[in-house]
Amino acid sequence: MHRRGVGAGAIAKKKLAEAKYKERGTVLAEDQLAQMSKQLDMFKTNLEEFASKHKQEIRKNPEFRVQFQDMCATIGVDPLASGKGFWSEMLGVGDFYYELGVQIIEVCLALKHRNGGLITLEELHQQVLKGRGKFAQDVSQDDLLRAIKKLKVLGNGFGIIPVGGTYLIQSVPAELNMDHTVVLQLAEKKGYVTVSEIRSSLKWETERAKQVLEHLLKEGMAWLDTQAAGEPQYWLPALFTELYSQEITPEEAKEAIP
Amino acid sequence: MDRFSWTSGLLELGETLVVQQRGVRLCDGEEKVKFDSGVLLLSTHRLIWRDQKNHECCIAIPLSQIVFIEEQAAGIGKSAKIVVHLHPTSSNKEPGPFQSSKYSYIKLSFKEHGQIEFYRRLSEEITQRRWENMPTGQTIQVNKDPQAGRIRAVGIVGIERKLEEKRKETDKNISEAKEMVELSKAIANKIKEKQGDITEDETIRFKSYLLSMGIANPVTRETYGSGTHYHMQLAKQLAGMLQTPLEERGGIMSLTEVYCLVNRARGLELLSPEDLVNACKMLESLKLPLRLRIFDSGVMVIELQSHNEEEMVASALETVSEKGSLTADEFAKLVGMSVLLAKERLLLAEKMGHLCRDDSVEGLRFYPNLFLTQG
Repeated sequence: MHRRGVGAGAIAKKKLAEAKYKERGTVLAEDQLAQMSKQLDMFKTNLEEFASKHKQEIRKNPEFRVQFQDMCATIGVDPLASGKGFWSEMLGVGDFYYELGVQIIEVCLALKHRNGGLITLEELHQQVLKGRGKFAQDVSQDDLLRAIKKLKVLGNGFGIIPVGGTYLIQSVPAELNMDHTVVLQLAEKKGYVTVSEIRSSLKWETERAKQVLEHLLKEGMAWLDTQAAGEPQYWLPALFTELYSQEITPEEAKEAIP
Repeated sequence: MDRFSWTSGLLELGETLVVQQRGVRLCDGEEKVKFDSGVLLLSTHRLIWRDQKNHECCIAIPLSQIVFIEEQAAGIGKSAKIVVHLHPTSSNKEPGPFQSSKYSYIKLSFKEHGQIEFYRRLSEEITQRRWENMPTGQTIQVNKDPQAGRIRAVGIVGIERKLEEKRKETDKNISEAKEMVELSKAIANKIKEKQGDITEDETIRFKSYLLSMGIANPVTRETYGSGTHYHMQLAKQLAGMLQTPLEERGGIMSLTEVYCLVNRARGLELLSPEDLVNACKMLESLKLPLRLRIFDSGVMVIELQSHNEEEMVASALETVSEKGSLTADEFAKLVGMSVLLAKERLLLAEKMGHLCRDDSVEGLRFYPNLFLTQG
């Protein structure tokens, strides 16, 4: 490498170097593709070894799945990007998550009319486990979150909203901006929220609070209780703990599978 | 500091960037030098330092010059440092900022932190010695050490080798995988910059590699988008599989419905959501009897080519008029559609001017647009 100098000579040299660099670029790209083929084959063999040792673990052990996903993140690959990927074909990772995706969609559809398309991760977890039956593999909340992140690409409005110490899962294409999210977070503690609480906690004007609450009402994510003592209370059905144990009724189940 | 050479800072072919850190000062042994604020870059071949204020000022040292490295913890008023012990200069070294130095080590001072990660990466690179496998376009500075330096180096390198042997099998997998990822990214960049004589077919083949490895695909060619041969085949399969279900559902289904339907039917070797979307994006260009449509809301649907949503809007208008007004829920129940698609149809009707909305806390209700008809 040459010291940066001024003068025609240095500039000409630099241009020559750049031209050579570009030319080599052409040749090298083909070489690199060939090199890549070879490396891919080697990698496949190693992965086959890895798979034969760990395939069962991945299917059965939620903690191992987390470790595996972290490893992939370090490398910079997404093992769930395609069912045609190595990871899917050899480790069966894909099928586990894609099937989970289907189950998540079905639960959300079935319960949408109750909660407007918002559900806590806990409730989703419980309902999914129920649906899977006694002999199915264990599924963790981490698994659910990963499956949901993949579902976003289908355009159906899947979203993950952090509230309290957990998450609300959105499954409808309703627009929820920062204002809505922060009110949801406020409501998480008691399952409901009032205009005064919003004003005092968030220091908002009444108008802003009302707009947010009305939007949630319209979307069916909040219910209005005008008979509460004091001022009206806006309840989030997604946060009704009493409803958690309620089974999905046959009518709701029909709604879920189109 | 006399081991450094001036450089342009451009990476060689075959050289990959591993990590970089801002706010690093260089010291010649115990003494400060004028290189007090720069970006330190670690590549597979070299350690490069570029002045943050004057980008033209850029120096580098080959990793092969490094004997071993040590960490020096931060103190009060002192940043954490990495001490880099170096082999004596080789005779064919390119010119650099210093002709001589009384020290055989330098210190990297991390004023803006980052030393932990950098130390880890630097150790890895020194151990792996990737520069030996990937010769660069320019002359590599092979270091020929005089005896004295060598003896010391062997002892230390020997210890390092033992540590390396203890590495787990998974680490090996990780590093191999990483190399592949680096390589594929390099190729992807070349394709993107349209350098190189890579054919359309090779591009598609390359995209398949990316797909297999699960790397987000930065390469988009107009004809096929993110598609590969796999997605083309998939698109054709979907066209066959979805014809009847679509007809049963009035010619239109949301992508989530399709996802569930298809995967339930397959049972094994399921499609990822991305596979489905990528395949559907190719439907139109492959002239298949279905197409992907994306509504303003972001909702994605598959329609039969013969389906005309705008015509359906006319019948929706009739239905709404008959009842006076309808919400999406009510309309869905009447017509036998999913609420999601019912809402999209009503929104489209509104967009076309046939319906008006009444947006209240009781819900979104649609009325025939009398302004248009009776206005």
